[in-house]
Amino acid sequence: MERLDFVLAGHRPVQAFEAILVGVVGSGNLEVLVEPGDHPASCTFLINTSAVGFGAIWEAVVKGFQARHQLCGVSVSINDMGATPAVVSLRLDQAIASVPFLKAPAS
Amino acid sequence: MINALSYAELNARQRVEHLLDPGSFTEILGPSARVVSPHLALLGVPYAFDDGVVIGTGLMHDQPVLIAAQEGRFMGGGVGEVHGAKLVGLMRLALKVRPMAVFVLAESGGVRLHEANAGLIAVSEVMRAVLDVRAAGIPVVMLIGGANGCFGGMGLIARCADHVVMSDQARMSMSGPEVIESSRGVEEFDSRDRALVWRTTGGKHRFLMGDCDLLVEDDMGAFRQVAASLLGCSQKLNLQGLLDEQRVLTERLENTGQCNDAGEIWRRLGVEHPERVADMDVEQLQALKASQILGAS
Repeated sequence: MERLDFVLAGHRPVQAFEAILVGVVGSGNLEVLVEPGDHPASCTFLINTSAVGFGAIWEAVVKGFQARHQLCGVSVSINDMGATPAVVSLRLDQAIASVPFLKAPAS
Repeated sequence: MINALSYAELNARQRVEHLLDPGSFTEILGPSARVVSPHLALLGVPYAFDDGVVIGTGLMHDQPVLIAAQEGRFMGGGVGEVHGAKLVGLMRLALKVRPMAVFVLAESGGVRLHEANAGLIAVSEVMRAVLDVRAAGIPVVMLIGGANGCFGGMGLIARCADHVVMSDQARMSMSGPEVIESSRGVEEFDSRDRALVWRTTGGKHRFLMGDCDLLVEDDMGAFRQVAASLLGCSQKLNLQGLLDEQRVLTERLENTGQCNDAGEIWRRLGVEHPERVADMDVEQLQALKASQILGAS
């Protein structure tokens, strides 16, 4: 198992919200827990994954996600059992779909 | 059925949401509490934030109930130390708050092998806790409809409950098909023979045998309807009841213990055309049981 941490800056504040959990820690799948975070100007990612040695790919996936959503004040925790990058991106988008933003993303 | 919502296709959280009155569920030790397995990380296996079981309180037709749902897609619903402790805690809560029922949406291969000893102890603790709840006159209801079935220690726990509700595609047993095959050989039990597996462990067989009390279609609405009908319906748990059950099981073993296949057993129970059972729907099976083997359970 490998643990990965990323803290990425963002500028879209969110309203107060209850924790959101999507997905299941099953083969080729992952769970994503989105909660209010401690850093007002960034989004934190904490990833536990069964697949060791894919840090660069995880970094690319979460950076791409953060580039789309620009989250701040949000914490994302992931438990992964070998999901592909595409599945990870879909789960992240699924989780964030229920987060109430204060303003729409800049287009 | 049009617009039916498949119970088997939903995950544990979705099942809870759809079984209870909308919006009434309050989770206990939810994912944010991060009460995770202390064993899995040591073995380099990812844990789940809820350890594969959702527990909490809710309402069914405005009546207070407790509920637990196992997530079959995480470790096959295996019972580990934390997972088991959450089930035990829910049962102990039932003794305090006295709900109209405790529902357990079981989907499990049994003890989680990564946590062998802790998991085995957990299963026995859950069994004891279930019996305590029953002794207090609060019904414990098992709902089984997930793809992984209900096996091993979880199968034992299920049979400790007041009521077992299954869909026809659900399975319940102690040793799973692969376990039997690997210990006794493929001649004894071919775990890849799906028809054999289902007619030996499936909902229809369990219903005809009396191990499952109520058979439903794989439909969330059907599960909810049956669950609601069991609110407040506890079965007496006393010595005479246990002796009666023991007598029934002994007779069953004497009558059917020499049979080599479920079809033979059904015939002995009075089913005229056992070969037709596989193609029957739930309604037909209920009619069959009512007409031909009344009193068998």
